[in-house]
Amino acid sequence: MYPTPERWLTLDGERWDVTSAGCSAAASCAEVRKTKSQYTSMNERSYMMLSTPAAGLLLLSAWIFPSNALYFHIGETEKKCFIEEIPDETMVIGKYRTQLWDKQTGSFLPATPGLGMHVEIKDPDTKIILSRQYGSDGRFTFTSHTPGEHQICLHSNSTKMALFAGGKLRVHLDIQVGEHTNNYPEIAAKDKLTELQLRVRQLLDQVEQIQKEQNYQRYREERFRMTSESTNQRVLWWSIAQTLILIVTGIWQMKHLKSFFEAKKLV
Amino acid sequence: MYRSFRVLLQVLWAQLLWGWVLGSELTFELPDNAKQCFYEDIIVGTKCTLEFQVVTGGHYDVDCRLEDPEGNTLYKEMKKQYDSFTFTASKNGTYKFCFSNEFSTFTHKTVYFDFQVGDDPPLFPNENRVTALTQMESACVSIHEALKSVIDYQTHFRLREAQGRSRAEDLNTRVAFWSIGEAIILLVVSISQVVLLRSFFSDRKTTTTRVGS
Repeated sequence: MYPTPERWLTLDGERWDVTSAGCSAAASCAEVRKTKSQYTSMNERSYMMLSTPAAGLLLLSAWIFPSNALYFHIGETEKKCFIEEIPDETMVIGKYRTQLWDKQTGSFLPATPGLGMHVEIKDPDTKIILSRQYGSDGRFTFTSHTPGEHQICLHSNSTKMALFAGGKLRVHLDIQVGEHTNNYPEIAAKDKLTELQLRVRQLLDQVEQIQKEQNYQRYREERFRMTSESTNQRVLWWSIAQTLILIVTGIWQMKHLKSFFEAKKLV
Repeated sequence: MYRSFRVLLQVLWAQLLWGWVLGSELTFELPDNAKQCFYEDIIVGTKCTLEFQVVTGGHYDVDCRLEDPEGNTLYKEMKKQYDSFTFTASKNGTYKFCFSNEFSTFTHKTVYFDFQVGDDPPLFPNENRVTALTQMESACVSIHEALKSVIDYQTHFRLREAQGRSRAEDLNTRVAFWSIGEAIILLVVSISQVVLLRSFFSDRKTTTTRVGS
């Protein structure tokens, strides 16, 4: 009933080229375009799956923190650092969720007020680009302006010190870098893209990330080459210098001892 | 109004799916004599892959152990530099994997690991479509998979290069310090040789003159 997507060949933003759909006259092209808009709205309608309020509540509650993320344990004063080596102009989004060990129930509490985490992010020149206190669940974002190793450090900073009392803190962490930070359904909704257009957009983003990484690779290779050349130079000059020092001290020793023995009238 | 609400729900649904991490990739520092464990809840039947690589530090090796929810060891290797392990979760529960640097006394190590659980989330939330993918769409999917593997290779290349670069920078500083150190030792030894020799002859000065007279 509706034309299948093969008929829409050129993806030029909103305007779909109907050349292969075989429309030569203006009237038939309008018909095809009208069918396209109906087809798009049919696609949109199929997004509704759960009952509206339940879905809304579930989604809102799950939006903030990663529910199935990797987690690890951290002590009270412990600082955990993670390194992200990224090219420049790359966005990084980090989300974390903390749970405190409750001795009475013998399990981890779902959420504890007053518990906070201090997030500190340093750029490759060890300059602090973000240093903020977040609550027990938090989300931090930064974009790199210089390529290199960025360090993301987390340590707990609770307002009520008695909360800890020698217990452990469980931290769920998720760090997404570059192309993974893009939220494709949101982009599709905002720019009104079809599925094929969205897939192409995803491919474009991936290729852009590859390009940035290759650029960064060139910069790193140059640094590596400079370090190797410096080592080469140092080895060369220091070998020559040490040989000279050896020869000079040898000559000095002989001269000095000869004059010493002559003074002592032994030679 | 209903349309915008639908769009909002769609966006939130997408955020939810995105929030479900199906792959974690982290680089962290492991101090000497330390052990760091990570946990993840996995559903039965999910295919998971753990790969790790030591980026900097010492002999570039680390102990790694992966355990299932009942404590059975699925993977255990000592002093490995890099490895990749694929398994299918046979039980529901919390899987634990640990990296240990307890054999090392003073070198701290930087370890990279990538723990993939299951497949990537679908691009659209309504992926239960009845029609098969069109040719264009399946071409896009295969290009996407190929680009993912390109990015994966790039990451491994970057880690190898980081390893080589840290060794080169280590070598550079070591050459500088040792050269300066050796030059100083050379000077000190040659001067002390002369001084010592002079001191031998200074003691016998009185006996020599007595013999002379």
